Amino acid sequence: MFQLRPPLSPEIIATLRIGDVVLLSGTIYTARDAAHQRLADAARAGHSLPLNVAGQIIYYVGPAPTPPGKIIGPAGPTTSGRVDVFTPPLLQLGLKGMIGKGKRSPLVRRALQQHCAVYFLLVGGAAALISEHIKEVAVVAYHDLGTEAIHRFEVEQLRLVVGNDCHGGDLFEQGQAAFQQAV
Amino acid sequence: MEVTCSNKGKPHFSKLCKFMRKMNVATISDAVCNAVQSLNFHTPAPTLNQLIKVRDTEPSPAGRQAMLEIVENRVIASQRKVPMCQDSGMVIIFLQVGQDVHFFGGDLNAAINLGVQQGYAEGFLRKSVVAEPLFERSNTGDNTPAVVHLEIVAGDKVRLNIACKGFGAENMSWVRVLTPADGIKGVKAEVLRCVLEAGPNACPPMIVGVGLGGTLEIAALLAKKALMRKGGSHNPDTRYAVLESELLHQVNCTGIGPQGWGGINTALEVRIEFYPTHIAALPIAINLDCHLQRHTEVVL
Repeated sequence: MFQLRPPLSPEIIATLRIGDVVLLSGTIYTARDAAHQRLADAARAGHSLPLNVAGQIIYYVGPAPTPPGKIIGPAGPTTSGRVDVFTPPLLQLGLKGMIGKGKRSPLVRRALQQHCAVYFLLVGGAAALISEHIKEVAVVAYHDLGTEAIHRFEVEQLRLVVGNDCHGGDLFEQGQAAFQQAV
Repeated sequence: MEVTCSNKGKPHFSKLCKFMRKMNVATISDAVCNAVQSLNFHTPAPTLNQLIKVRDTEPSPAGRQAMLEIVENRVIASQRKVPMCQDSGMVIIFLQVGQDVHFFGGDLNAAINLGVQQGYAEGFLRKSVVAEPLFERSNTGDNTPAVVHLEIVAGDKVRLNIACKGFGAENMSWVRVLTPADGIKGVKAEVLRCVLEAGPNACPPMIVGVGLGGTLEIAALLAKKALMRKGGSHNPDTRYAVLESELLHQVNCTGIGPQGWGGINTALEVRIEFYPTHIAALPIAINLDCHLQRHTEVVL
């Protein structure tokens, strides 16, 4: 099992293959639909982004309400495909990892190879388990977006599976092909 | 001509009332409030055993890893009393009211929604309902209204089949009307197409609910009803029970597997419900449910 801590170097990323289980510790950032739209708008307008994405990991999540005495409410992954259009420019700026659920577009998969980056998977619906591994939470940008604001998470031993590696591997495609049977 | 249908001579309604069962609608509110929290926190033993069995028999390493997380998440959610998923769902209720029940203490629909409101607030469940689907899509703030299907039946019991339906799977469901000539082959092809299109988005291993017959809207209702059926049950008509097994095998041959990460467990069950239909039609609806299967039955 791989132990990872951002920032991620291209050398580390090159060692990862689809299906690998990874234990992630350290700082990651959250962004989903609305935050991605704003990041893209800022980049297009030539403004500096509210966070330096170089070497970093973005987690696609909008946490549920935080119960009293808890660090965070259930914080499971949302469907990654919805931010596919915003992803290649972020990879160009040096973003190295993404965490979500579901397939990525051919464009994103090509960009992962081109920029040596990796897409990690979490299990959809495993929000209670995931939240156990989030130890610290702070909003770093776009406060007004509420649950969709960009948060900084400090995570400990968060278990991820490599969904798309930088060598063109795709777990969905290859996993399905490997277990497909004639009826 | 004299009307033959007459209620003359029958006892007046007020005299019948003493035979009726009286129920305060607050009982319904409480049942809904408790159920929506319990469904989001706890896993019934048979469901947990089913998931453990899949975890221990799935040959795909990635699929097994997904199942490991799914089972562990269930245990943690239950211990900590936190929702198992951040999408705590929209509340769907099939409400069967015995015709000998008399509700008092307020409006029945308002009582159901009060239960939803209280349950989602108390349980810190996500409020995922918007007031209208197209323009503002503003959140109603309390996860109301519930979707309620009311049926009057014989007897003096009230039966609630309650689900907290996640929309990752709901989004991948649909209804259409085939022709009778499409037959069994057509039904099999449609189910397969739906599952393949859904893939990882329906959060497999999923439950596939199939509604056959009736009309456009009845097929959709039957598919939802199939999802609410007790886990591990088969359609009492053996022909349909056999079709359920054949469809399950077919779906599990796709290789999609848990979470779409590859494997032989794409669906846990395929359940079919049917109803008489018109000579010209073969309506079919396919409604998918994610691995959470948050539904329960409460009898009052």
